[in-house]
Amino acid sequence: MAHMMYQAFLIKYAEIAIKGKNRHLFEDALVSNIRQQLKRVDGSFTVRKENGRIYVETEGDYDYEETVEALQKIFGIVGICPVVLVEDNGFDALAADVVAHVDAAYPDKNFTFKVDARRARKNYPMNSMEINAALGEKILEAFPETRVDVHSPQVMVHVEIRPMINIYSTELPGQGGMPLGTAGRAMLLLSGGIDSPVAGYMVSRRGVSLEATYFHAPPYTSERAKQKVVDLAKKVAQYSGEIKLHIVNFTDIQMYIYEKCPHEELTIIMRRYMMKIAEHFANEGNCLGLVTGESIGQVASQTMQSLAVTNAVCTLPVYRPLIAMDKQDIVHVAEKIDTYETSILPYEDCCTIFVAKHPVTKPSLKHIEKSEMHLAEKIDELYQAAIETTETMVIEAE
Amino acid sequence: MEAYLDNCATTRCHREAAELMMEILIQDYGNPSSMHTKGVDAENYIKDAAKKIAKTLKCQEKEIVFTSGGTESNNFAIAGAASANKRGGSHIITTEIEHPSVSAAVKALEAQGFEIQYLPVDKNGVVSLEALKNAIRQDTILVSIMHVNNEIGTVEPVAEAGKLIKEINPHTLFHVDAIQSYGKMRIFPGKMNIDLLSVSGHKIHGPKGSGFLYIKDKTKIHPLINGGGQQKGMRSGTENVPAIAGLGVAAAFAYTDFDEKINRMYGLREYFIQKVQTIDGVSINGKTDRENAPHIISVSVEDVRAEVLLHTLEDRQIYVSAGSACSSNKPAVSATLKAIGLKEALLDSTVRFSFSVDTTKEEIDYALSAMHEVIPMLQKYKRH
Repeated sequence: MAHMMYQAFLIKYAEIAIKGKNRHLFEDALVSNIRQQLKRVDGSFTVRKENGRIYVETEGDYDYEETVEALQKIFGIVGICPVVLVEDNGFDALAADVVAHVDAAYPDKNFTFKVDARRARKNYPMNSMEINAALGEKILEAFPETRVDVHSPQVMVHVEIRPMINIYSTELPGQGGMPLGTAGRAMLLLSGGIDSPVAGYMVSRRGVSLEATYFHAPPYTSERAKQKVVDLAKKVAQYSGEIKLHIVNFTDIQMYIYEKCPHEELTIIMRRYMMKIAEHFANEGNCLGLVTGESIGQVASQTMQSLAVTNAVCTLPVYRPLIAMDKQDIVHVAEKIDTYETSILPYEDCCTIFVAKHPVTKPSLKHIEKSEMHLAEKIDELYQAAIETTETMVIEAE
Repeated sequence: MEAYLDNCATTRCHREAAELMMEILIQDYGNPSSMHTKGVDAENYIKDAAKKIAKTLKCQEKEIVFTSGGTESNNFAIAGAASANKRGGSHIITTEIEHPSVSAAVKALEAQGFEIQYLPVDKNGVVSLEALKNAIRQDTILVSIMHVNNEIGTVEPVAEAGKLIKEINPHTLFHVDAIQSYGKMRIFPGKMNIDLLSVSGHKIHGPKGSGFLYIKDKTKIHPLINGGGQQKGMRSGTENVPAIAGLGVAAAFAYTDFDEKINRMYGLREYFIQKVQTIDGVSINGKTDRENAPHIISVSVEDVRAEVLLHTLEDRQIYVSAGSACSSNKPAVSATLKAIGLKEALLDSTVRFSFSVDTTKEEIDYALSAMHEVIPMLQKYKRH
C-alpha cells in the first residue's frame, strides 16, 4: 500500500487566515471539528496547531482513504496535503527519501517539477537554495524523463526542515467554507425533497450549526416518509454535525385550512403556518435565522409573490441559499453530498397531498390575510397543540 | 387490539415449524451432502418434508424441488422451461394479471426473442378459456396461469385450462403459480394436467426463504442455479434444511382439517363483505361468493386514497395492503385492477384485506368498526 508512507496531513485553510484577532477562534474550531470528524475513522490521530498551520498526525495503521474522505467533509479546509515525515539523518538519506516519495506518488514520470525547500530549523547545514538545487539534481538523476520547470511546474515537491523533515507534493481539495460553530445556529425547514437538504448543507458550509423542523401529516404521509427525512438529516449531519430535529404533526392544521380556506390558497397558507412553527422552535433554540430550500419560480409557492407572502409571517431573517439556482445545479449538489438517492424515494410529502390543480401563483398578502381570518376560531389552539405534540430528536452523522 | 389482515403479504410462522427450525439450526445442523451421520440426519429432514408435501399434492416426492421461495420458483419454471424447450418453439402464453415474478420473468424472455401472448380477463379477473383455446399453437412451448390472483383472489380455471392445453398441444408445458392458492385450495397437478407448480412457504405459515417448484416427472426443464448438483442437479446449493423442514410442517398443517378451516374462512369473508358494503362508497372487486379464494378481499373506497386508509388503519393496529405488498413500495398502478376494468378513480383507492386460519371474528369486527368510523371522515377531505 503505497499511501501508507504518509504519516501526516497538512491542513490548508485560506479564508480564516485573514480574520485578524478572531483568527485563533476559527483555528480552534477547525481543530476541534477535525478531531470530532476523525473519531469515526479507523486509526489514531493527533491534531495540532503549529506556526499557523494545522497538522493531523497518524500513529500506526490507519485507513488512508477514509481519513481523506473525512477531512474532505470538514468545512473551512481548502486543501489537504498528505505528508511523509522523515528523521534528519543527513542529506543523502533525505535525498533517498524524496526520490522514493516521488517514485511512489507518480508512477508516470513524464512531468515537470520544482523543489521548494524551507528551513524552519536554521541550523540545517545547507540553505534552502542549496537544498533545492541538490534535491532537484537527485530527482533528475533517478528519473531522467522528468524535467525541471521553475515557473510553472506540474509537481511542486515541498521539503520542510522542521524537527522532523516534511515531504509533500500533492494537495487534495477540501470543502472550503468556514469552520462549523463559528457563525451561530439556524433552523432549517427540512422536507423529504431534493432541495432542503442541499440548502442545509450550503448554509452549514458557512460555519452555521443546524436545527431542523419537519412537518408530517399522518395518515396522509407515512412512517417511511418520516424515516426518509431522518435519513436525510443523517446525511447532512455528516457535514453539519449533529442536528436537532423537530418533527411536527401538521395534520390537524392542514385539515382545518382545507376546511376553511379557498383550496387554491391551501399551500401558501400552509407554508405560512410552517414558517411560524419553525420560527417558534428557532427562537427556543437561539437560532439566528430560518433556512429554506426555496428557489424562485420552481413551484407555485415559490414565485416571488408567494415568497413575499410566506416571508411576511417571520421576524427572523430567512436564508434561501438556492434562491437563484437551477434545479439541475441543485441536483448536482445533492448528488455530491449523497442525499439525492434518498430524496427521490417515492413517499408522499405533506406539501403535496392536497395540492390544488391550479394553486395561486400571485397571491397578495392582504388577500391571504383575509382568507386566514376564517381560521380565527380554532387555529391558535391547533397551533399550540402542534407545538406541544412535537417530537424532538438529535440526529447524528452516520 | 391488533388485527393483522395482510396474510397475502406474509403470515406468522407456525410455532411448531419455528421450533423445529431452531432445533435443526442448533442441533442437527449437518450438511445433507456430507457422508457422515450428521449429513444423513439432515437429509432425512428434507425427505420428510418432501413426503409431507407430496401427500398434499398427490404427487411423487422426487417431483418436489426446494427453492428460496415463490419468486425463484416462478423464475425457475419459466426460464427453465423456455430454455429447455426452445427447439420446440418460442411462443409463450400468460395472462394480464400475473404477479411480477411471472410477468417480469416472461418480459426477460421476450428480450431474448421469445414471443409472449397475454390473455385478457373479465371484470372478475377470470381468464378467458376461449382466448386460451385460440392462442395455443404448434410452437407454444409454455402456458403460465396463476391459480389465485394475489390482489383480488380470483380463482382461475386451471383444471379446465390444463385439459384444453393438452388436447390442443400435448407438448405445451403448463405452469401454475399457486403461491396464493396452496393451502387454501386443493391442488392435484396430476389430475389438472399441470407440469410445473410454484409454491412459497411464508404464505402458509412457513418460514421466509422457503418454497418449492413441483416439476412433473420427465418434464424438460433446465436448472436456474448451477453448482454442486444438489437436488438431482435441478437446484444446486446446500439445501436450506431448516427452512425446508419448516415448510414441510407448514404444508402438512395447512391441509389438516382443511375443509373446516376453509369453510370458516369463507364464513368470515362473507361476513366482512356484507358489513363493509354498508359503508357509502365502498365496493368489492372480484366475486363475493365461494368461487373466489377464501382469504382475499379487494375493497375500493371512493374518494379515499389507499395509502391514506392504510395508514389510518395502521394507527389502530390494523394492517392491510394497498395493492400487492411486493409492489406497494412504489406508486405503480396495479396491472390486475386495470385488467379487470376498474374505473380510473378507484385504481389508487383500493386496499386488500387478507385472512389466515388464525384470523378471528373479533379482529374482523374491530377492523369493520374502524372502517365505519374512519372512511366517512377521510372522504370529507378529498383531493380536487
